Amino acid sequence: MPHDALPRDGGPVIEVDRLTKRYGGTTAVRQLSFTVRPGRVTGFLGPNGAGKTTTLRMLLGLVEPTSGAATVDGHTVRRYPRGLRHVGALLDAGDVHGGRTARAHLHALARSNRIPAHRVDEVLAEVGLAGAPAGRRVGGYSLGMKQRLGIATALLGDPPALLFDEPLNGLDPEGVLWVRGLFRRLAGEGRTVFVSSHLMSEMENTADELVVIGRGELIAAESLTEFAARGTRPTVTVRTPDAGTLAAALSAEGAAVAPYDGETLKVTGLSSDRIGEIAFEHGLLLRELATETASLEAAFMELTADSVEYLAGEPR
Amino acid sequence: MTASTTALPLPAARFTDLLAAEWIKLRSLRSVHWALGAGALGIIAFNTNAARADYVNFPHYGRVVRTHFLSWALRDAFTQGAAMMLVLAASSIGAISIVGEYTTGLVRTTFAAVPDRRALMTAKVVVVAAVMTVYGAFTAGASFALTQAVLDGRGQGVSIGHPGALRVVVASALLAPVCALAGLGLGALIRHSATTTVFDVFVLLFLPTFVTDRYHWTACVRNALPFNAWYRLVDVEYGHQPFTLTPRYPTTVTGGWIVFGAWALAAAVVAVVAVDRRDV
Ligand SMILES: Nc1ncnc2c1ncn2[C@@H]1O[C@H](COP(=O)(O)OP(=O)(O)OP(=O)(O)O)[C@@H](O)[C@H]1O
Ligand SMILES: [Mg+2]
Repeated sequence: MPHDALPRDGGPVIEVDRLTKRYGGTTAVRQLSFTVRPGRVTGFLGPNGAGKTTTLRMLLGLVEPTSGAATVDGHTVRRYPRGLRHVGALLDAGDVHGGRTARAHLHALARSNRIPAHRVDEVLAEVGLAGAPAGRRVGGYSLGMKQRLGIATALLGDPPALLFDEPLNGLDPEGVLWVRGLFRRLAGEGRTVFVSSHLMSEMENTADELVVIGRGELIAAESLTEFAARGTRPTVTVRTPDAGTLAAALSAEGAAVAPYDGETLKVTGLSSDRIGEIAFEHGLLLRELATETASLEAAFMELTADSVEYLAGEPR
Repeated sequence: MTASTTALPLPAARFTDLLAAEWIKLRSLRSVHWALGAGALGIIAFNTNAARADYVNFPHYGRVVRTHFLSWALRDAFTQGAAMMLVLAASSIGAISIVGEYTTGLVRTTFAAVPDRRALMTAKVVVVAAVMTVYGAFTAGASFALTQAVLDGRGQGVSIGHPGALRVVVASALLAPVCALAGLGLGALIRHSATTTVFDVFVLLFLPTFVTDRYHWTACVRNALPFNAWYRLVDVEYGHQPFTLTPRYPTTVTGGWIVFGAWALAAAVVAVVAVDRRDV
């Protein structure tokens, strides 16, 4: 389904320029600037509470920025009287009225933007909700079905720019594969595709470009390969029956040690050779000693370590 | 608006599309069907039952009552209790048409699809007002026909051509859109279902009976409330009836219509303006 209204040089540019949003005392987004280009999938990464949803809402004209600007194709979305043909969005799969059927929900949206009614059946078929499910009330849908309906809503206007906030939530493995394929295809058609997530692993097989934020501020905006190269410090996994003693010994040598489970430690700052020597000096039995190649996950964790707001299960 | 990047012209934004969309939204909610259906049944049954009671009791009424029975007949056409039910049903429909969007989160989907929020809210106002006018006309018309048919059994029913009869029907019919818009306006301001319901009931049903008409300023407040305006409009023998006192600060029929119009207009403006700049 090629987009006949797409310009030859691809979809529009999404531009965020010194964007700031304050809620009373908290600053959700601070002086954030980045650009999202057409023809590729751009991942929008950040830990919980980083400001991803707030940024996307400002892009859609739902939340008024305290200062700065968020534009799609050079205009704030509030300037478009009707939005669906300009930007398609899935913000929260729950942003529907549970008392309506999926078909009625999409029908009303299509009508408001003068989108022909047959588009409703097209997008329902595309997301796998055609037939009986479309006639059921959304209140009875599973999270995955709501997520699919949200994606159908985003696709309804065949828009050149698409925003997705945590679209993989609640999808089964088959659904995740399908969504990844869909994003690839949309980008391949020259559209601008911007997808948020708080899990690096989700982006690993999805995005070409990354915008990484933490505590509302920009941390990185670069290609996935460039980003991966940042995770230079390798992590060594060590398994030993006496993890406590080894952790103390390694820390004394200046390593950063994170207990993984009762027997396993994740160590950075020391090579596996050196860790083996230290264990030997202390007469400790090692059951595993492995260096992990720098992963995206590690790069992400390292970069956002300072900006994680909600740490859970941290041993004191 | 310029659709600068897109190669093909986008269809122009038409207000009628928004009207159609809001109409789809209103009629696709089963709860709306239930509320309106049950409300209409209750209202019509309530009025008809009042007429039935008068029909049964008529032989026992005194001579004075019988000669002044016109005001009874027209009071049965749309009773106070039925008007209260209508106020409740109409204001609830008006309120849920916007509060339902906020509480479910649908409002974000709606505003992303239609960033021109004022146009969208204007469409909502028009659709709610139109639907509730039809609804009011149906309940008031059916009530009038049924009650007068019952009273005809005693030769006491009046025709719609009777002086004041049409006013009773029209005022009762219009009470529905006025209260629906009040519910919509309050809902747009408050955005929470329970609080909106409490406010609706307080302003539209409680205040009208609670505020005294003893002092000038309280009488002004009282007379400016839609329910009291309705009461004045349907009181066909106002000031000429031997059984009731003339109020100290009397009101006029014109005043009643003005109150209706002012509430509808003010509520519509509030609904359109209140949502425009607030974050969702
Ligand atoms: N309406 C609001 N009022 C007050 N604070 C808010 C509001 N919306 C967001 N915040 C705050 O702004 C910050 C950013 O929130 P946001 O939802 O944008 O983060 P996020 O990156 O989407 O997180 P997550 O991955 O958990 O979805 C948080 O600290 C949040 O508490
Ligand atoms: Mg979020």
